[in-house]
Amino acid sequence: MSESLNQQALARYSNNFLREVEERVEEGEWVKMCMQCGVCAGSCPFGPHWEHSPQKIFMMIRAGKREEVLKSDSMWMCTSCYNCVVRCPRQLPITQIMHGLATYAHRLGLAPKDQPTRHFSALFWKNCTQTGRVNELKLTLGLYFKDGLVSGIKKAWALKDLGLAMLKAKRLNPFEILKGHECQDKAGIQRMLKKAHEIEHKRRGFKN
Amino acid sequence: MAKKEYAFYPGCSSQLKGSASNYLTSVDSMCKTLDVKLTQIPDWNCCGASIGYAESGELPRHVMNARNFALAEKHLPGQDVVATCAACWLNAKESKEKLASNQTLRNDANEALKEVGLQYQGQSAIRHMVEVLIEDFGYDQLKKPVVKPLEGLKFAGYVGCQTNRPFGINGESFENPVYLDKLVEAVGGEAVTDYDQKVTCCGGALAFSEPDKSQKQIKDIVESAYDHGAEMIVTPCPLCQANVEIYQGEINKKYGTKFNMPVMYYSQLMSVAYGGSAKEAGLDGQVIRARKLEEIAVKVVKK
Repeated sequence: MSESLNQQALARYSNNFLREVEERVEEGEWVKMCMQCGVCAGSCPFGPHWEHSPQKIFMMIRAGKREEVLKSDSMWMCTSCYNCVVRCPRQLPITQIMHGLATYAHRLGLAPKDQPTRHFSALFWKNCTQTGRVNELKLTLGLYFKDGLVSGIKKAWALKDLGLAMLKAKRLNPFEILKGHECQDKAGIQRMLKKAHEIEHKRRGFKN
Repeated sequence: MAKKEYAFYPGCSSQLKGSASNYLTSVDSMCKTLDVKLTQIPDWNCCGASIGYAESGELPRHVMNARNFALAEKHLPGQDVVATCAACWLNAKESKEKLASNQTLRNDANEALKEVGLQYQGQSAIRHMVEVLIEDFGYDQLKKPVVKPLEGLKFAGYVGCQTNRPFGINGESFENPVYLDKLVEAVGGEAVTDYDQKVTCCGGALAFSEPDKSQKQIKDIVESAYDHGAEMIVTPCPLCQANVEIYQGEINKKYGTKFNMPVMYYSQLMSVAYGGSAKEAGLDGQVIRARKLEEIAVKVVKK
């Protein structure tokens, strides 16, 4: 589905990636307001780790570098600390734009394949929307076991002291593997979110 | 003083046996002393946190928060919604702002809410517990119930990100917020006022997906607290608390450090200072025990 979504987007926007971002990415209409001062780049706690700073990403969008932007790992390095937002002299919602770009790249299937935060982000949303509340145990195990059983056991074993300490502090419940905290109206929440996704896809011009 | 009542949004991590269950324990104890009645929003749901963005999109995320507001407006009309978790507060506040400024988004949210028989009006305010303490009580008022001042204890106030940016607490600066120091002083403790890592990011949810990068952040946060002579770190955020506390062992293995610094919630300090037991203050929920607070908690107060 994501492949056809990407083809559809390419056909619709041809060489105008800025317009594509403005119409389809959350807060994307602000990208053109960036004045390239670089304060965001210097404010990011994960600055040493990404390929492109927000400043570069915004210029690349304007330069039409669609593939490079959507395949970049930079958006997935955002810790949601909002440093860039409060320091931006133009008050651009940079965190939200980076999240929005990540969402779009993920939806089109272009985001980096083995990006651990991409995996964790998708896992988190599935986890918290399934019953309306986060199941912390399943979330943690889902992360450890993403590359299979053997690697999962290794990772869990390496952190066993931490797990035991949390268990002892009564901040971890092994029985959550069977049933965790849930909303009573979890079926309603599912319907509500399905509807919300449908509306959003229509507004953003995605074909389903 | 008359009882204060709020619609309470505790958030997922505060639930029984959740990673911040001791936060809620201590908030309950603190609120009992302050005569605050917290009524949980019936059937509240997760705010979506900041990390769900890969699949949440925009409207579904706002709808999750709008459902909580709609439930509060229906069942607890007229009461402000109060969150204890930084992320719950931030996400609810962001949704409220977006829904207020964008009519289309609000109509769309209400369209989706029809599926659960609710309507979002945007009437309830959303506030963090810290705002309630500072704005509805004030530091002087918070001092009054103190029976065991935390004398001789030095705390590094680690504010972190999400109670500080992008919204923050009214009147505070993003770069050097001082409310946590003032809360520490209100309960008789000593605050490290020049703690240079107070607004450094702990890695947030990326502590799970990028452990090495996040633990580098956490190392700086703990190291600076030691360098400034702090005995404990205190924070208003459940994810900050967990990240900065529980990974110290991993950091010790990787860096050869000997970190063993307790990381507390402001509400635990207040509960102990107000005469709460170690259990009431949730001190049994620490991975790194706060011995000096435990000693104060068992002391008998002469009346």
